[in-house]
Amino acid sequence: MAMADARPMALVTPAHARRPRALPVLGTLLLMLLLAMLLAAAIGAAGIPLARLPAALGITNATPGDALAARDQLILWSIRLPRIAIAAMIGGLLGAAGAIMQGLFRNPLADPALVGVSSGGAFAAAAAIVVSDSRFASHLVALQPVLLPLAAFIGSLATTIVLYRIASRSGRTSIAIFLLAGLAIAAIANAGIGLLVFVADDRQLRDITFWLLGSLSGATWTKAATLAPVMVIAVAAMAFIHRGLDVLILGESEAFHAGVDVERLKRICIVLVSGMTGAAVSVCGVVGFIGIVVPHLLRLVIGPGHRLLLPASVGLGAILMIGADTLARSIVAPAEMPIGILTAAVGAPIFLLILLRQRGLVGL
Amino acid sequence: MNTVLEAAQVSMAVGHATLLDRIDLRIHSGETLAIVGPNGAGKSTLLRLLSADLMPSAGTVRLKGRDLRAYAPAELALRRAMLSQHVTVSFPFTVYEVVGMGCGGKANAASRALVDAAIDEVGLNALRYRELPTLSGGEQQRAHLARVLVQLACGERAHGPGILLLDEPTSSLDLRHQIALVEIARRRARNGTAVVAVLHDLNLAVRFADRILVLHRGKVAAEGTPDETISSAIVRRTFEIDVAVERTTEGLPFILPQSMRQVSTPPAAHL
Repeated sequence: MAMADARPMALVTPAHARRPRALPVLGTLLLMLLLAMLLAAAIGAAGIPLARLPAALGITNATPGDALAARDQLILWSIRLPRIAIAAMIGGLLGAAGAIMQGLFRNPLADPALVGVSSGGAFAAAAAIVVSDSRFASHLVALQPVLLPLAAFIGSLATTIVLYRIASRSGRTSIAIFLLAGLAIAAIANAGIGLLVFVADDRQLRDITFWLLGSLSGATWTKAATLAPVMVIAVAAMAFIHRGLDVLILGESEAFHAGVDVERLKRICIVLVSGMTGAAVSVCGVVGFIGIVVPHLLRLVIGPGHRLLLPASVGLGAILMIGADTLARSIVAPAEMPIGILTAAVGAPIFLLILLRQRGLVGL
Repeated sequence: MNTVLEAAQVSMAVGHATLLDRIDLRIHSGETLAIVGPNGAGKSTLLRLLSADLMPSAGTVRLKGRDLRAYAPAELALRRAMLSQHVTVSFPFTVYEVVGMGCGGKANAASRALVDAAIDEVGLNALRYRELPTLSGGEQQRAHLARVLVQLACGERAHGPGILLLDEPTSSLDLRHQIALVEIARRRARNGTAVVAVLHDLNLAVRFADRILVLHRGKVAAEGTPDETISSAIVRRTFEIDVAVERTTEGLPFILPQSMRQVSTPPAAHL
């Protein structure tokens, strides 16, 4: 005898319970991304009407000697397009890093910013600003464009390695200790940033503040080129980790019983998350909440399976980041609002919403 | 009989506490073995050692003649499936998705057929697209059982009869589903699977098992057929409670617990 249930399936299975298929989801996200890119290219302090966009992009020939077309091309190729490319990649990296970390922690509230990975990067970047600008190291000022991203990247990676060392024992990683140690390290990094703010002069203070709030104003093709390989590696790695992350949701023991090399999977995820976050922080400073909001919204529509969630997080992260950046550079034009303020304004209420829903589920 | 899993002089110590002390155990293909004993006797620890979830402090566990440590997790998963006591799923995976994890999330027709069959076998057809966190404890336990059955079936397709380890699989199930689970397990054993279950309910253990291992304070207190192990003397010694042992119409022993206050008195005459 099976544990049979006599009710016919058709009567009790609502059609909407089935998950959407991968191709339509990713196709829709791609279309939305292209649309977002098009709008972002057109909108800005110096607007390029959609009618003039093809000429500026070089798709159609501009009238020879048209000064306006030359201006459009200059703005588009030197300022706007690298900025759009960087926004897309940073949004994609942060969205997917959030999804991976939440899978790893089995908690929809886990986020690289939460466990101090972003703070570690920001602290290192702030330290680089203050040190390279001091009279003791004036020869380093010229190196600042290289030094800052490098420092942020190393800071993020170092934070993650320290965290991993603290949390792993006899080849096993305790997620609870990882999370708590992350909170402590974030507090230490933030105290360090506070100290740097205290000792910084006015100019340094402005640089640090802008870094901390996140900004894409210094976007260049060179910076985009530094992000591209990280993005490619991250997307390629998704093919190898999505099944393991799904089963890891059941717990480490269950994942092991199901055949997942849990320790290897955790190491890969930790290195991936720190690399992705470090790369993003190194280019645009701390932009919070993308990593929480993107996977959360996606799970509501496509479910929690990582095979689709991870690439979709790249897509939606890119769309949201391009949207946020376009808004940031146009609502107070010609000035720019730090993008971190916008993402926090949208992200923090969603974070609270998830927390309230979790409270119902786990009795917080 | 064909020994598939063998524990030799296996001990497990954490700090100064010895959880298991030199256990010898052979598990044969096609048999059902119940591990019983009072709280803290080391039942779940023994099962975790047999599943390679824990490594013993001393002694070895061999699967088909090869040390468990020599197997990669993926190799092990194709030869043994284990259902843990408590599994919590914090993300809204559906029953169908969770059961599908048993075959590594593969979406081919053969895997889908296994998933459908397992969902049907545990009686969750009507709830197959419901999100797991919204189900009752018993329904969730049945979904995880189906997942483990799919894993077992996938492994057996490639490597022949495997091992099914169940840690208190009936803790959240009502009576009907407890008996259904016993029948599912026995059906697997008839096909050659070795099924080992940690059980609290001695009467259920009798219905389930060809052989019962009674653990007490990390040591084997008794081992044998239900007739040999479910006696008032053994239950009194290990569980420190008096029981009356009766017989079902099929001749199986079943116990009726008596008062704990009688522990110090000599055992009463039993029917």
